[in-house]
Amino acid sequence: MQHDLTLLTSLTVTAGRDKSGTEEAEDVVFRPGEISALLGPTGSGKSRFLSDIESMANGDTPTGRKLLLNGVEPDSDERFSLQGTLVAQLSQNMNFVLDMRVGDFIFTHAESRGVSDAREAALRVMEEANRLAGEPFHPENHLAQLSGGQSRALMIADTALLSWSPVILIDEIENAGVDKRRALELLVKSDKIIVIATHDPVLALSADRRLVFQNGGVKGSFQRTGREEELLGELLEMELKFSRVREALRSGVAPVLEPVHPG
Amino acid sequence: MRLITVAGPPSCGKTSLIIKTCTHLMAGGLSCAVVKFDCLQSQDDVAYTAANIPVSVVLSGGLCPDHYFATNLEEAFAWASGAQCCIIETAGLCNRCSPHIKGLMAVCVIDNLMGIEAPKKIGPMLQMADLIAVTKGDLVSQAEREVYRHRIRQMNRRAVIRQVNGLTGQGCRDLAAIMAEAPSVESVTDMKLRFSMPAAICSYCLSERRIGAKYQKGNVKKASFGKTVCNTI
Ligand SMILES: Nc1nc2c(ncn2[C@@H]2O[C@H](COP(=O)(O)OP(=O)(O)OP(=O)(O)O)[C@@H](O)[C@H]2O)c(=O)[nH]1
Ligand SMILES: [Mg+2]
Ligand SMILES: [Zn+2]
Repeated sequence: MQHDLTLLTSLTVTAGRDKSGTEEAEDVVFRPGEISALLGPTGSGKSRFLSDIESMANGDTPTGRKLLLNGVEPDSDERFSLQGTLVAQLSQNMNFVLDMRVGDFIFTHAESRGVSDAREAALRVMEEANRLAGEPFHPENHLAQLSGGQSRALMIADTALLSWSPVILIDEIENAGVDKRRALELLVKSDKIIVIATHDPVLALSADRRLVFQNGGVKGSFQRTGREEELLGELLEMELKFSRVREALRSGVAPVLEPVHPG
Repeated sequence: MRLITVAGPPSCGKTSLIIKTCTHLMAGGLSCAVVKFDCLQSQDDVAYTAANIPVSVVLSGGLCPDHYFATNLEEAFAWASGAQCCIIETAGLCNRCSPHIKGLMAVCVIDNLMGIEAPKKIGPMLQMADLIAVTKGDLVSQAEREVYRHRIRQMNRRAVIRQVNGLTGQGCRDLAAIMAEAPSVESVTDMKLRFSMPAAICSYCLSERRIGAKYQKGNVKKASFGKTVCNTI
């Protein structure tokens, strides 16, 4: 039986053990359209957690966690057909290595996914990527010629619209060249489960929930509060100001000194 | 003993992946040994030894390492027979030979950087594999990984395909679980290659270096180039 992932309503990582064998407090449930941030220093257990999801842990990893789809353990056929395709990854180290035109490549990707109108799908990806990227680019550009920001924007738009995987794992989105907020909106709209491993406070606060790691296990889970949402607004404004000043300085204009936001 | 062939183009990540996978196998109580077949030189023994995996590197010199593998498999088997799991690493140089054997687990390793046509070009080493491990996904976009996987699937309908990171070992636990289930055999005598290796018994196989039809003996095949090019200027 092929598990139909368009019907995935929840993904659960059951409570396991940390490095000293202490039981985690509770299961972690992920739902489509939700963003979760994983926080904690290097070595605190974020990677083990992510690899438990990716390998569809079955009590067979050092943490003893299990992965449930829609609340039940996948049977061996499902495990077999899903393994290796559950998680799409977006990372800062990734580049386009192919020497192909952007339009042709996105079309090829859409085609490989069996999308009914691959040309239309490719156009949508281009459109969204251009909304995310600071500087516009065209289907005739070669992948290798894109700037860092344009590449990242294209990867995000493509993953949101064309990737089959129900879970998207992001390790940071850099500040330069991509509209982070729009990027997250686009990913959320795609009805995927979004997991961000980050040290960036803006990304962390953009998440609906934060999981904090320590000694190889989940130590706490925090739902974003109303006050934190306000804080996020403030930080975003600061980032905006930062990038306006950067832009002004870059184009030789004196930066405007706006009054500080009242309140 | 479980005997597993791991084949793939040079530098695609075979050794990195085998070391990480063997670490899981050994932690699970299975003893491992590795034989590396290569042509001219190999540093792989240093890496395996550092990971406490018994290793024997043998060099084929002027011969194709896959032919050399077939010629020496019984001996390699005897060398490793104290282990529960023997992995054969070969760098398939010509993309035409394939070391895979009927009745044994066959693994093909390719990396994401080889270009979108690579799965087509690689031939029986990939087409006849039971398990295809794709490395270096950390360096390319999700889109490229997905298109690449699709191309691999077109060339091999039944193999298990896995993304593996040779540097971090991501995905190797899963490979280890699959390899632990590899068939065990008492002997390799009378086993059969899945695909015949190319016949290459011509004078150049025997170290001829001079160019010219008069030096060419044995299994010689002449190509057809079409109509002779005219001087059009
Ligand atoms: N970025 C990245 N590098 C990798 C990965 N896997 C292997 N490498 C690197 O690729 C290079 C070659 O890896 P090896 O494992 O020696 O490759 P091999 O296939 O055994 O090479 P030969 O035996 O010489 O044919 C090394 O520098 C590895 O560190 C991976 O998943 N990602
Ligand atoms: Mg090697
Ligand atoms: Zn050969």
